[in-house]
Amino acid sequence: MSQTVNALEVKASPASNQTGYRSFELGSFAFSRDEYFAKVTWHVGGQKLSHVMSADAFLRAMMRDVAWGFFYGWVNFDPVIGTRNLYGKVELYAGAYHPAYKEKGLDLTETFDSREIMATFKAILDDWTNEGFDPFAAPDETDTTWVGKKNGNNRLAIERQRQACKRMPGLAGDAELRTDKNGYPVNRAFADVSQEEPEVHAEPGFEDEVHAFSLFAYLSRSDVTWNPSVSSVLERSLCCPTTEEYILPIKHGNDRVEWFIQLSDQIEWEIEDKQTGAPRAKVIMKAGDVAAMPADIRHQGYSKKRSMLLVWENATPGLPELYESGKLKPNPVEF
Amino acid sequence: MALEAVKSGEGVLLLVPGNREVGGIMMTTKFETTFGSLGDFSKGELEIINDDPKNYVFSNIFDVASRSRPYEKVVVAINLGYVFETLRAEGTSTWFAAAHDEFAIVMDGVVAVDLVKLDAPDAVVPPGQRGAIAVEGTPVGRKMGYVKCKRGHQVLLPKGAAYRFRADKPGVILLQTVDGALSVHKWADICYK
Repeated sequence: MSQTVNALEVKASPASNQTGYRSFELGSFAFSRDEYFAKVTWHVGGQKLSHVMSADAFLRAMMRDVAWGFFYGWVNFDPVIGTRNLYGKVELYAGAYHPAYKEKGLDLTETFDSREIMATFKAILDDWTNEGFDPFAAPDETDTTWVGKKNGNNRLAIERQRQACKRMPGLAGDAELRTDKNGYPVNRAFADVSQEEPEVHAEPGFEDEVHAFSLFAYLSRSDVTWNPSVSSVLERSLCCPTTEEYILPIKHGNDRVEWFIQLSDQIEWEIEDKQTGAPRAKVIMKAGDVAAMPADIRHQGYSKKRSMLLVWENATPGLPELYESGKLKPNPVEF
Repeated sequence: MALEAVKSGEGVLLLVPGNREVGGIMMTTKFETTFGSLGDFSKGELEIINDDPKNYVFSNIFDVASRSRPYEKVVVAINLGYVFETLRAEGTSTWFAAAHDEFAIVMDGVVAVDLVKLDAPDAVVPPGQRGAIAVEGTPVGRKMGYVKCKRGHQVLLPKGAAYRFRADKPGVILLQTVDGALSVHKWADICYK
């Protein structure tokens, strides 16, 4: 039941005679899908447990986990399934942050080398994503071909690289700006966003140092939802703007404080306790609003119209340990 | 509000507001992107279920700038020394310089940014200095040029350069920088409590 993917062993079954999809195994976890659903199965204390998600929701969640390299902290596919990034290693869990499973000892967490779990997740995405379905797109933009038996693939969509600059997009040797020519037309929801670029008047000799671009035009050309790029880097301070439409496919559990600055339109955030999922607050952000996401919460956003959000991250190494140990408080400001 | 009767299933009549939008936002092909400005912003909300509203340090940059002095560097987000500041752009600022890059995003108005390459940057801003400092008088160095920014434009304020802002009319700048001597913290005045 195995095949080699990128020199890493991925345990995969032959394609199903009924659906055409492969099933996969990773540690004690098994993954399978049918026409509508993705199923994750695990065993605890001799008991078999399974959890089912709609296949599109599962693929959207897994797509973010892969694209973000397991991100900062917890990527909850839903209240039961998810991953925790240990930076070099990744925990895969079922029920570990769900009070009912936890209380009954029916949760399972296993730790994998990041490359191993990444290879398996990529293989699942590759096999289960049908032609025409783009897990990065808003539902209004993509086909419903995720429903049904296996039908081709969409590697162009799922193998997109996250756009991360080293200092600022458009500088010599840095990330490219987005244009029609390089495959980034203005998104339908941002057709009214000005494409005018700033006037740059550089004196001779300073053409490479005097630099500006339209961040809003850049964002209007994003071809993905809920997938931050990096638009400025100040040491460990990273601006990660993104465009959001419909529902964040995962519940992100913070292992550090992050901040949101709403650049346009509106997002409603449901905030839950990171460990239990108990509701804590709803944060409704409009253009110009700034809000912290504390280090002890998980959050999921809802954006009825495609919006621009600046996610601000601190990439200082060792932060998870400082918050976990209590040396840093989960909330960033006392007042 | 004028109401009109709409026939629903099972003989039920729904009373709905007149002048109804034909279709919802998602059902139309025309989208309207909403940005904020000094003259037109709407602050969002916190619905607390079991939490302290202060944990979210919730403010609005246009609200902050509407109550700020010109070029007052009001911190609206902080993460272990790194900050975002909101500046009300109005008139010509003093010259600033920092020992690290900074990035300004114009969120409202038209703002010009003048840049000067400092002849002796370490003498103006000691290496290791965190955040921007005000440069006394006119900075000594070569003119690098200027950038004229409108809403949504981001400009690099490079290490080793002095810069100043010019705005004929009030505008708003969002500045990615480091907490420094000029940074103003007034969380209780700007955040939901």
